[in-house]
Formats: sequence, C-alpha cells, structure tokens
Amino acid sequence: MNATLQKIWAFFDERFLVHSLVALAKKKTVPEHKHSFWYYFGGIALFLTALQIATGILLLLYYTPTVDGAHESVQFIMSQVKFGWLIRSVHSWTANIVIGVLFIHMFSTFFMKAYRAPRELTWVTGFFLFVLFLAIGFSGYLLPWNELSYFATRVGTDIAGSLPFVGKALKTFILGGPAVGQATLTRFFWLHIAILPLAAAMLIGIHVLLVQIQGMSTPISLKAKPVKEISFFPDFIYKDVLGWTLILILVGILCVFLPWEVGKKADPFAATPLGIKPEWYFTFMFTTLKLIPSHVFSIEGEKLAILGFMLGGALWLLVPFINRRASRERPSPAFTVAGAVILLYIVVMTILTYTLHGL
Amino acid sequence: MKIPAALMFCLLLLPGALLAQKNSCVECHGKLEDELKAPVEGLKLDIHQQFGLSCQDCHGGNPAQDDADKAKDKTFKGAPKRAQVPEFCARCHSDSAYIRNFNPRLRVDQLDLYRTSRHGELLKKGDTKVAVCTDCHGVHGIQTAKHPKSATFPWNVPQTCGRCHADVNLMKTYKIPAGQLGDYKQSVHARALFEKKDLSAPACNSCHGNHGAAPPNVKSIAFVCRQCHPSAGELFSKSPHKKAFDEAGFSECDACHGKHKILPPTDAMLGTGEGAVCAQCHEPGSKPFAAAARMKDLLGGFSGEIEANRSLLDLAERKGVEVADPKYRLQEVHTLLVSVRNLTHGLDLADLEQKVGEGKSLLVGVRASAEGALREARLRRTGLIVATICLILFAFAFYLKIRQMRRPRP
Repeated sequence: MNATLQKIWAFFDERFLVHSLVALAKKKTVPEHKHSFWYYFGGIALFLTALQIATGILLLLYYTPTVDGAHESVQFIMSQVKFGWLIRSVHSWTANIVIGVLFIHMFSTFFMKAYRAPRELTWVTGFFLFVLFLAIGFSGYLLPWNELSYFATRVGTDIAGSLPFVGKALKTFILGGPAVGQATLTRFFWLHIAILPLAAAMLIGIHVLLVQIQGMSTPISLKAKPVKEISFFPDFIYKDVLGWTLILILVGILCVFLPWEVGKKADPFAATPLGIKPEWYFTFMFTTLKLIPSHVFSIEGEKLAILGFMLGGALWLLVPFINRRASRERPSPAFTVAGAVILLYIVVMTILTYTLHGL
Repeated sequence: MKIPAALMFCLLLLPGALLAQKNSCVECHGKLEDELKAPVEGLKLDIHQQFGLSCQDCHGGNPAQDDADKAKDKTFKGAPKRAQVPEFCARCHSDSAYIRNFNPRLRVDQLDLYRTSRHGELLKKGDTKVAVCTDCHGVHGIQTAKHPKSATFPWNVPQTCGRCHADVNLMKTYKIPAGQLGDYKQSVHARALFEKKDLSAPACNSCHGNHGAAPPNVKSIAFVCRQCHPSAGELFSKSPHKKAFDEAGFSECDACHGKHKILPPTDAMLGTGEGAVCAQCHEPGSKPFAAAARMKDLLGGFSGEIEANRSLLDLAERKGVEVADPKYRLQEVHTLLVSVRNLTHGLDLADLEQKVGEGKSLLVGVRASAEGALREARLRRTGLIVATICLILFAFAFYLKIRQMRRPRP
C-alpha cells in the first residue's frame, strides 16, 4: 500500500475503527457445502435493491407524479435525458428480477429449513420484506401512468375490493377515492418512494443483522458430518461480487435489447383492453381468481380464494413455529412436499396466465 | 273493520284488471302454426309492443273476447293488402299528435317522402312488387333503426336494399342493373362501415334517401358527395374541371371515383400511368397531361419520403430507442399529405408545390431525429459490448482470485 492510501486508511480507521470491522469479517465464517449456492441469492437481492435505490433517486430528478405529467415525464426520461433510458430500464428490469430472486431466496430457505430455531425471526422479517417488495412493485407499476399500468391497477384494486367485510373500505383507502385517479397516483408515489422503502430499509437492517448474529444455517441433512467453513471476508464476499457482476451483465443486455417501454398514455374513459393482467408475480393469484368456480360449497368462489391466499400467507409466515420437527433438527419431509406443491402451483398458474386464451 | 273492506274492494276489482290484460289474439294465434303464429313470436321483440301497443292498435277488433267471431267485431281491419301498407302504417306515423305520445322526436313525414320516392311512384301506378314499409322494416317484430339487429340499422341497410336490388330477375323487369350491392361491398365506404364499424360511413340511404329513395340525377351527385366531402367539392368547384364537366354533362365526382364501387383512392389514380384517371380524358403532350404527371411526381415523392422516414423510425424503435416524438411529428406530416391529396381536386400546381415544400421541410427534422435515434441504438450496443467485456474480465479476475484462495495456504 502506498503512502497516500495508508494515510487515507489511517484517517478512516482512526474515526470508524475499520480495522476491527475487517477483523470481525475475517474471523466470521460461512459454511460451504453442496447447497451453499442458494446462499448467494440473499446477497444478489441486496445488490439489486441497491441498484433500485440508486436508479430510483435519479428517476426522481425528472419524474412528475401527476395524471397530466407522469406519462410525459417518463417519455422525456426515455427520449431526452442523457442515459435516462438506461436508468429507467435498469430500475424496471431490476424491480422484476429482484422479485424473482426473492422468490428463489425464500423457497431455498424453506426447502433447506433454514428458518428453524433460532432463526425464526430472520424468516419472519424476510416474509414481511417479501410482502413489502410486492407492494413496492405494485405501487411503482402505476407511476408511468400508461394504459397497461392503469388497468392492471384497476384489476388489482378490484381484487382487494372483493375482500370480505373490509374490501370496499380497503379499496377506497388504496385508491383515495372510488376510482384510480390523481389521488391514487399521489399516494402510490409516496408509498413507492418513501414509506415502503423506509420500512423495507429498516427490515433489511434487522434481517441482515440477524443473519450476521446467527450466521448462516447448515441444512439438517449435512449436520451429521463436519461442514467446511470459509471466511466471510474475503472468500464469501468475493463470490458474492462475482454473482453481482454476472447479474449486472444480464441487466445490461436486457436494458439495451429490451428497454422498458413507455406504452400508451392511460385513458380512464377507454374500455379495459382485452387480456389485461397484473405484473407476472401476482398472476398466480389473478389466474386462480379467474379459474375458480363462481360458487364453491355455496361460498362465493372469489372470496374463498382470497381467504385461502390470506390463510396460506399466514401459515407460510408461521412455518418456523409450526414445523416442530425441524426445530428439533429432525427431517420434515411433509413440509418439503407441501413447499414443492406450492411452488408447482405458482409456476403452473403463472404459465397458464400467459397461455390460456380468454383470461 | 277497515282492512277486510279494502280487501273486498280489491277482490272486486281483480276480474276487471285481468279482463283488461286479456289478449285473445295472442292466445289464439299462439296456438296456431307457421305464418299464423309468426305475429305472436314477432310481437315479443316489436318496438310497438315496447310502447304498450298491441294487435288491436293496428288491426282493430276486440282482444277481450274469447270467441273469434266476436273478437273480429266491426272495428276489425285484418291484414292490409300490399298496396295499402303505406297508408296503413301512416295512420299513426303521419299523425304528429299521436306519435308525440310515444316519441316526440320521431318524424311524421315518411308517407309524404315515400310518395315522392321511385317506390312510391310505381306503387301509385299499381306496381305492387315495389318496396313498401314492411319490406324494409319487417311486419311483426319491427325494431327501431337504432337496434343493431334491425334491418334498417346502418350496417344492415345495404343487405336490406340488396334483397331486391341484387335480385337480377326482379331488377330485369325494371331494366336496371343489379350489381350495386356487389360494387358497394368493394368500396371504401363499405370497408369503413363493415370493417371499422364506422356508423357514419355512408350506406345506400345516405346518398339515395330513406323513405324518399330515388336515384340522384347527374347534377345532384356532386351535391350528395359534398355532404361528407365538402372540402374536395369546394376545391373542385374552383378548378378548371368544373366548367369543363358542366359543359360536357359529366357528373363531377363519379367521373373519376365511380358510383357504388368507390374504391379507396390511391396516388396511382393521379398522373399518366396505368390506372390513372387523368389519362382517360387528357391526351399525351397536352398541357393538362403534363400537369397531371407533375402532380403525380410531387405526390409520389412526398409520400415516398414519408414512408422512408417511417421505416427509419420503425427500425430505431425495434432497436429499443424511444421515438414517440418524431413519430408524432411524422404523423403531422402525414396529415399534410392527406391535405395535399385533397388539393389535387383543385388542380392548382403552385398550391400543391407550396404544401409539399412545407411537408418536406418538416421531414428534414424528422429524418434528423430518426438518424439520431439509429446512432443512439448503435452507441448503446457499442457501450454494451465494451461494458460487458470489462465486466467479464472483472468477473474472470474474481473467479481466478477465488480459485487461488481455494488452494491450501502454506
């Protein structure tokens, strides 16, 4: 290290005790085994979130959250602002990729039973983070105020409106009135850029802190033999950075060859276009609601499905407390099968959304 | 005991109320078959029924009677003969005081108009094969012209008229052609009406009239077309063609565009080439012949440039560059092209050259934007290649470092 760098290092070390953090990172170890590939999806999600925040801040420089100006400002960003197309495309693509990565992260944690004691709260914070990211995605989808986003929001909030007892009030609260309009755009904007990211940032802090305190879980099946450990820094971090770089290449290719489109400006007086769908990560629920019979055992099918999803979500959240066998470090194949069935259901329903005609 | 008294009163009123609703025409005809039952079936959808009218309002008689002879009392009129149909319908439809009770906006001059029509004239002469009210509107099951299933709804009108006018044998007796429907179906108007479902597009009645239907005479064709194409008509009236056509006894618009088979106008109609209508009258070497060729060149060049720019913008769009703004500007130029095409009716070369010049100067900006967009697309791809190479090298360096770290440390 040359003299200048040493001086800089000394300056920061004196003020922030960097050497102790590095020592801690070097001392900290991470288990390495045949399933440790899945560990990296948490880091990739964190990296994509950082990209989201950085590009989101840049988009805020030009975006106008009004019914009359939103679409025009996005068009301006895409056509006039230097590298605006890249910033917006990175923001939109990573918004979708991060949800996919979170799905993988969540299911890999589920199948490896990494949620078992003492990591229940890591799972719980992760679950709420997932819900928050879905909400961030939903609120952000409306902001370009194009035909697709406008009607998808209408479809999405109609589903919320069909909830038993609270549906109507909830829908009015989300929309800020009886229909998607300026009030909706205003509250979706503030939710998307301030309230939800702030809540997510706090939860990410707790989630990462819990991971650091408790370390990474080793699957029950590998507990019998001693598991190899690698240092968190630099070994694990280097692999993380390698994964981030590969993701960055993928995002770059997507943005150049498939830049996120602006679409036609939303026309609230136009008829709902045929085949309107919500974002891909909501489609398994959307298709379920479309395919379920109007009445099941004399209960309204749509309401039954929504209640089913709510109940399923609650059970999913409470998995660490329900799976007592895993908490005693014993195999729990029933949970693995249940997880596989849920995953299969989500994949099949998502595929059906884009292949079934008339949905 | 007020309640039982009220109940008794209601019970006394009940037979009267039931009697008032009784309709022995429907009851009896409902039990018959085929054409005797058809009125009952038709009445269910009939507009008159929706306004509370029933059999006796047209045919008279007493529907409260069960006995057929008693029901056909002295007010009974039965079914009118074909020749009597217009007057039969007009008893109500020409009575403004009566019609006002149901629809104050409904016209009451249909019979007067019908009498002036070719159908009405022939009927008066005793020809009962001509169309009367029921031929277009139906007998029972008559629906308002606003109902899409009505025979008089705009996109059903050509077929309704065609039932007679496309019947070669029937038309032969009147010595008139029967190809109008076939011709119309190929026209730009039919395309707008049937394909675009544009209800403002003209059907038969738009040019010939409804109840007063008659073929327009040579002089009035131009006025009929001007109802929808006033600008082209105005330009034509100012052009040298106007005087020439009047003198030659040509009927303006249809000389170039045809009558029923009015095809979508193309630039090929202009000029001196194959399919050009100008060459039908103007001799090669004449001044108008040269002017037609010049107009064709101007228009062809302008529209060619628009298409070239559109292709460039489409290419840039396919490469992922946002080109909504130049596309919007190109649309404005295209609007100018439409107005230039319309200007050809005025035959004013100077006017045409000026408008084409305006359009071409606008195209310069569009082309610059399109070329800029394509440069941007190339720059993006180059940038991606450079960035990807750097990132791959970076990733490879990390990979080597990780492999090096895996080796057992001494």
